[in-house]
Amino acid sequence: MARNLSMNEAVNEALDQEMARDPAVIVMGEDISGGTGAPGEDDAWGGPLGVTKGLSVKHGDRVMDTPLSESAFIGAAIGAACSGLRPVAELMFVDFMGVCFDEIFNQAAKFRYMFGGKAETPVVIRCMAGAGFRAAAQHSQMLTPIFTHIPGLKVVFPSNAYDAKGLLIQSIRDNDPVIFFEHKNLYDTKTDVPEGLYTIPFAEANVVREGGDATIVTYGQTVQRSLDAASTLAKEGIECDVIDLRTLSPIDMDTVLESVEETGRLVCVDEANPRCSIAADVSATVTQEIFGSLKAGVRMVTAPHTPVPFSPALEDIYIPGADRIASAVRQTVAN
Amino acid sequence: MTDQPFSIDRDTLLDAYRTMKTIREFEERLHVDVARGDIPGFVHLYAGEEAAATAIMLHLGESDRIASTHRGHGHCIAKGVDVKEMMGEIRGKASGACKGKGGSMHIADLSKGMMGANGILGAGAPLACGAALAAKRRGDGGVAISFVGDGASNQGMFLESLNLAAVWNLPVIFVVENNGYAESTAMEWAVACDSYVDRASGFGMPGVTVDGTDFFAVYEAAGEVIRRAREGGGPSLLECKMYRFYGHFEGDAQTYRAEGEVENLRENHDCIKIFRAAVTGAGAVDPADLNAIDAEALALINEAVAHAAAAPMPGPEDLETDVYISYA
Repeated sequence: MARNLSMNEAVNEALDQEMARDPAVIVMGEDISGGTGAPGEDDAWGGPLGVTKGLSVKHGDRVMDTPLSESAFIGAAIGAACSGLRPVAELMFVDFMGVCFDEIFNQAAKFRYMFGGKAETPVVIRCMAGAGFRAAAQHSQMLTPIFTHIPGLKVVFPSNAYDAKGLLIQSIRDNDPVIFFEHKNLYDTKTDVPEGLYTIPFAEANVVREGGDATIVTYGQTVQRSLDAASTLAKEGIECDVIDLRTLSPIDMDTVLESVEETGRLVCVDEANPRCSIAADVSATVTQEIFGSLKAGVRMVTAPHTPVPFSPALEDIYIPGADRIASAVRQTVAN
Repeated sequence: MTDQPFSIDRDTLLDAYRTMKTIREFEERLHVDVARGDIPGFVHLYAGEEAAATAIMLHLGESDRIASTHRGHGHCIAKGVDVKEMMGEIRGKASGACKGKGGSMHIADLSKGMMGANGILGAGAPLACGAALAAKRRGDGGVAISFVGDGASNQGMFLESLNLAAVWNLPVIFVVENNGYAESTAMEWAVACDSYVDRASGFGMPGVTVDGTDFFAVYEAAGEVIRRAREGGGPSLLECKMYRFYGHFEGDAQTYRAEGEVENLRENHDCIKIFRAAVTGAGAVDPADLNAIDAEALALINEAVAHAAAAPMPGPEDLETDVYISYA
């Protein structure tokens, strides 16, 4: 039976159910239980935003608080993954990836290839991403293209609670290293989520709205903003396909190409900085593969090429909004 | 032999000698083959340091894991990786341990507990913590060894790993192979503390320094810290003071060395000569048995080179395979 759950609750449930199903699954991170060694309550935090609350009570020492030491514990999660466990490591904010990046891009991502196909590294690294939380430049980034650039990593970015549960379960069961993004602005958004275990395959984009005049391709927080733009445009007689990529590596380009072949118009929406972004990548692939189907130049709606600003007045215009998305669609349709 | 003067039986002594000689012949041959232009890429030789890897690995089983360094050939051989596959890998051949996709700096054989040589200095330490965590969860007394050079012992990920291992009480031993040089930079200059024992105690774990050219000293010290880890006593740091006979990499002109330094090392600090003198001097092993092993080790390396030289290169069809386990 489905309940109306927030993405926060859906992620917690996926971790809980997978730990119950498979004893090899362990969860580790800073304050994911919270209060370890301190005189007050156990499970004091359940992660900085409470996403892992209650897991240590149910699963005991399989939920491991770590020292504030990303390089060591992310590396340990990767080493444990090569040694028979299926760790889910929480790197609190993707912005902290800089201090442990070697273990991810030089170790986990490369073992399979470098060791001639003989290594398995079934690790999931969960991290919060994205702007809109008034968290400023070092706690608000997307950084998605940094990970899609690296062969050997899988990159997952759900836009809602239902997808978050199914994709996280798939990520835990997958035998390759997975970077699992959770947009902190989406934690409280609710959808119907089945009680039982289910998976959503990678490389299956979700066509969340069908139109026919233009294709909007996006992921994460800007999925809803794109849907809002599509609603506005529908009142003007412009009908849009809206595609939620859901996984960025592997990426479902077939669904994108199929849609653009029909609409002839593409707007790529990406909360990340524009240079070498997912938006730029999708634009280039479409242009290379089906240039003849395009009726207008491809447009990108992205953050500006700046760090994320702190002031709410600036941050609100930093994130691509429905107005900017609608405006880009109108321009491509006008051509 | 009734008056065995060592705590190690004769067969084990012969095995140890065989491992050390195999490493030495492997590295001496590579030195020649690199100069001949037969070997692509970077090669970092372990010659001179053989006693440490050999003595430590004698305490390990196949399920115990090691995370190695860029100077990893000795660790590989001592942990049981096939020398033919190693030689093939170093030549980039399809017959290599990693199908030619890794090379000298990335030889791995997880089935032997060898988690990989590593081109990133210090990166093996967190991985060894992870292997130790897995062993601890299995509860089978397994241990993991993280090898690190004196240079990489200054890396953040190594120092963070010491702390994590102590906090989680992991069965892991951090072996610092102190050969005195981080590439061309002297250890005395680059490592700020007086001794690695001090560094270990700063992370709340025992630290031991041994003469890494003394096989028996390493064997005894490693046995103690490994036993401690297997019994749940947690991590330790073991510093082996040793010497490398060649440069940081093959092609290193080594102008940072003192005049006559290498000649002195080979004459007076060769761990294999020292081992040989000890075991034959004490009458524990007949020199003729060691001579026979010398010939066998040389023959094994010649065979490995011939096998690798004759093996095919990987084909274009191999370029894009082995990136992922599943591509969707």
